[in-house]
Order: sequence, then C-alpha cells, then structure tokens
Amino acid sequence: MATERLETLLRDAFPDPGTVDVEDRTGGGDHFQVTVTSPRFDGLSLLDQHRLVNEALAEPLRDGTIHELRIKTRGTA
Amino acid sequence: MSELQDRIKDVIENEPVAIFMKGTPQFVMCGNSDRALRALREAGAPVTAVDILPDPAIRAELQELSGWPTIPQVFVKGQLVGGADITEELGESGELATLLAERLGEGYRDGAEEHVVDVLSGARV
Repeated sequence: MATERLETLLRDAFPDPGTVDVEDRTGGGDHFQVTVTSPRFDGLSLLDQHRLVNEALAEPLRDGTIHELRIKTRGTA
Repeated sequence: MSELQDRIKDVIENEPVAIFMKGTPQFVMCGNSDRALRALREAGAPVTAVDILPDPAIRAELQELSGWPTIPQVFVKGQLVGGADITEELGESGELATLLAERLGEGYRDGAEEHVVDVLSGARV
C-alpha cells in the first residue's frame, strides 16, 4: 500500500518525537495529505520545511506513486 | 541551454509574480493550482501564469531550475515561494501580502493584472 510506504519513508526522515500522518484523500492511493510534526522543522522557513518533506518522499514523487501531495508541517519548539 | 529553459528562466526572473500551473487562470485544470492562484488573487498580486500541461518538457525544465518536485510553483521576484500549501498558508496568515509588499513595493496591488506566457512560443498575453 502506498500509504504505508509513505508513512515508513516519513518516519525514517522524521523520527520520534515527531509525528507523521498520511491520509489517502480520495481512496485511490495517489492523492495524499501528509501532516508532519518534527523538531527538524524548528527555525526553518515553511519553504525549507516542505523541502525536507519533499526530499523524504523524493522516490514516490519521482516514480509517479504520488499524483497529488498536500503537506502540512509543524515544528515542536 | 535550450530556448524553452531560457523562456522559463525569463518568466521566473522578470515577472513580479509567476505561477507555473496546470491550466490557465481562465481555465484551471487542477485543485492545487486553483488554491495557489486564489491565494495570490486574494492578496491582490499581479499574476503571470504559465501552463505546464502543453508539453512535459516544461515541467521537466522547471523542476531542474527550481529543484521543487510538484506543481504549482509560485515565484516572487525570481524567488521560489512554494507550492499550493505554502502559498495558501502564507495567504491565510497575511504573510503573503507582507512578502509581496516587501519584494514588489507597497503599491503592488495598483493596476495588478493577470498575464499568461506560453513558454513554447514565447507569446505573452
């Protein structure tokens, strides 16, 4: 399942105490909403926060698994 | 460098606010492009749009230039602001208007127009 693959990739990139949530928005397995909380975001601009998420998901973004991605990030500070 | 890449670069560097999107402002083809465009309009931004759908090469060249993997992509004065989520979030918090005023000047809303650039032909309407 694509949802689990995305969760695994995000958890690897944003380990505890961060939280990761992946929602399949349409049930079709290619439109996702990801919500990530992580101390890695602390002090970063929104652009750089999203860049870290994009980097973590580079492979599924490249291979077409992700057709549409919505990102919500939050620091822990 | 290809002519196409030159034209994309020219839009990014020389248009005050550029959005690379699916479709055009008159005929938006994707929910995310619509969200970004709406946030820009609500902030009163002048908008220059480029439709990436006519040729996959547009998206490929853009991605190479910006390093950003998804569409839409919004640039202000040559600098990447982000995609739909960031543009929308900045719009809701009011930071988008602040950023536009900082980079374009306080009067950026005056006479703000929408344009579309066809990066395949170079036409600007």
